[in-house]
Amino acid sequence: MLEVKVIDTVTINVDGELAQVPKGVNVIEAMRVVGKEKEIPHYCYHPKLSVVGNCRMCLVEVGNPMRDRQTGEAILEENGEPKIGWAPKPVIACATNVSEGMHVRTNTPSLVDCRNGVTEFLLINHPLDCPICDQAGECRLQEFSAEHGRGYSRFKEEKNVKPKRTRLGPRVTLDDERCILCSRCVRFSQEVAKDDVLGFVDRGTYSTLTCYPGKELSNNYSLNTVDICPVGALTSTDFRFKMRVWFLKRTHSICTESSVGANTEIWSREGKIYRITPRRNDAVNDTWMTDSGRGLFKESESEERLKSYSVDQVAKSLDDAIAATRELLEGGSIGVIGSAHSSLEEQYLLQKIVKHTNASFEMIQHTGEGDGLLMSEDRTPNLRGALITGLINQLPDTRLGQLKEAIEGGQIKTLLVFNEDLEQLGIDLGSLKDSVQVIYFGSSKNSTSEQAKVIFPSLSVFEKDGTFVNQNFILQKFKQAILPPMGLMPDYGVLTAILSELVENTHTVGMPSMESLWGEISKTVELLKSVQWSEIPEEGLALNGDAFASMNFVETENLKFKPTLVSEIV
Amino acid sequence: MAKTKVLERKPLTFSEKTYIPQVASGLAATFVNMFKKSVTLEYPEVRPVIPENYRGVPTLVKDPKGRVKCVSCQLCEFVCPPKAIRIMPSEIDGEESDRAHVEKEPAAFDINMLRCIYCGLCQEVCPEEAIFLQDTFSLSGYTREEMVFGKDKLLKLGGTLPDNHFKWDKKKQAEENSENHH
Repeated sequence: MLEVKVIDTVTINVDGELAQVPKGVNVIEAMRVVGKEKEIPHYCYHPKLSVVGNCRMCLVEVGNPMRDRQTGEAILEENGEPKIGWAPKPVIACATNVSEGMHVRTNTPSLVDCRNGVTEFLLINHPLDCPICDQAGECRLQEFSAEHGRGYSRFKEEKNVKPKRTRLGPRVTLDDERCILCSRCVRFSQEVAKDDVLGFVDRGTYSTLTCYPGKELSNNYSLNTVDICPVGALTSTDFRFKMRVWFLKRTHSICTESSVGANTEIWSREGKIYRITPRRNDAVNDTWMTDSGRGLFKESESEERLKSYSVDQVAKSLDDAIAATRELLEGGSIGVIGSAHSSLEEQYLLQKIVKHTNASFEMIQHTGEGDGLLMSEDRTPNLRGALITGLINQLPDTRLGQLKEAIEGGQIKTLLVFNEDLEQLGIDLGSLKDSVQVIYFGSSKNSTSEQAKVIFPSLSVFEKDGTFVNQNFILQKFKQAILPPMGLMPDYGVLTAILSELVENTHTVGMPSMESLWGEISKTVELLKSVQWSEIPEEGLALNGDAFASMNFVETENLKFKPTLVSEIV
Repeated sequence: MAKTKVLERKPLTFSEKTYIPQVASGLAATFVNMFKKSVTLEYPEVRPVIPENYRGVPTLVKDPKGRVKCVSCQLCEFVCPPKAIRIMPSEIDGEESDRAHVEKEPAAFDINMLRCIYCGLCQEVCPEEAIFLQDTFSLSGYTREEMVFGKDKLLKLGGTLPDNHFKWDKKKQAEENSENHH
């Protein structure tokens, strides 16, 4: 799984200094590699979209060593240095690829003058909306205007007025005045979302972004256009006018929508999440994520959420709930229904409980339709984590198997359920009320929680630390963004407490740290040998999934996933 | 240790022992001041003249047409050193034809006067000239909650100030004058 790419490099001369950069990249990306103090300002260029070069902001001067046309020999200056033939005019860095020996100037007075000119043109019709604009604070135009703008306008005429709130789709609102016609959204819709509905109509300063008549920007990736919009033209209808971005704390997280495991950033303030945006990870989700994944935080704010530990439907302390659980688990005849929504740490701890109590274990596969991009068929974030920790050793079915028969046959006295609704799995709890006691781990109320003997409310992915293993066996960690409802512990804390009661007969207080959990996991789980919590990089750790290569995973090809087994059969 | 020097008190003279000259000079000062112009103010019945640019209580002002000027950009909330300001932004109802194009207004605007240090940074940073520290300088209340001033109270304290720009009116005018397109 681990690919080692040998990158060819070329040597270029940047502002008089030699630098090694990857072959074939454009000058903007090359400057990122060089690590210049400032990036080359740009609006229309996006690393994951095609290059159009219509903003003209990324101007640089380039030149190549001159050669004699007849002999092909290098022409030298008097001091023996090769003579550089500079291009007569500045060129756009986004559409200029580096080549061996290329010379680049990024900051000459004439370039600054050019960029100032471009900025002035962009600002001619741009409204003075910054106080009410949601992009303020993360606006490229605002940033570069601070450096390249003149602070006052030489434009005496009235500004061109365009519609302020055009509905482009169910989730995107367009403020046309602010648009600088970079066409990132148009290219995104064409190239990534493959839903070519956006385009420019009219000419000159009247150019306007619109949807194709009779269509709307309603695909499940529409909010990515809001992310890539360098100005405040495309705004998220949901986040519009809610909160200024500079108040929001950013936390790295992972999307739980499907096994793709898109890298996300949670934007929260004082315990309230305001929005979720994608975080760039070229191995997982590039810079995109689904619209549906962005709304998942609303579930954890719902009224239906379980907010206290309870025994016999009466709110109790955590200790009471654990004591009741211990009693039930020590009674034997245990069935466990695990979940691929749990984090890897929780699955590891559950696996220990299953082994210790000799319980019969099953897990449910949750599938849905994939879209070939960032929503895979497997609608759980951590199925492969369950395989790695040894919680399961084959792929789960979408229905309960032997466990259902065992429950209905009366062989199971205690049933530990994670996140599943037993009614949906075809088990009528009402008729089994006397024979089966249910211990329920889940975040919101359902028919199972209503009949459960013990309830442990689970925390959402935003309220705890942990790791998931995605479709490509990339181990990715997520961090706690907001505080959980008062008094609640994450599942891994509860499971640790139950384990120590069962195995060591000791009562633990407090939550285990991720470091200590991983200290144990790294010793016992074969694939995670010598992996430490603090050493899992932000971009994820690719694990070797060859051991599971023979399994017939449900995912079909998507943006970053190629099914190996299916292609062999076909 | 510093050295302590004991000073002998001088014995009183005869005239001092009678106290008469001291009482007389004291009464003289009293009589002189009785006929002078008074230097104190009968506060709170009489209030001092507050100089311009005095930094009193921060208030929200309305423009001469009676419209709320604040667009809830939250810059004052950001800049406030003691974090006294809390704003909840909201969208202006599209039905409101006079102000719909402003798009944003505060749904709630709270200043905790117990926290406010009257530094005036909110006034300085306001891009809409909507918040001013005016001449109110004394505040009192029975509870802490009472000292958190809401939007209505701040607008009442602020009143109406003249406007030199009418920025949003100009914008509306430009919109009406422009050639219509899509």
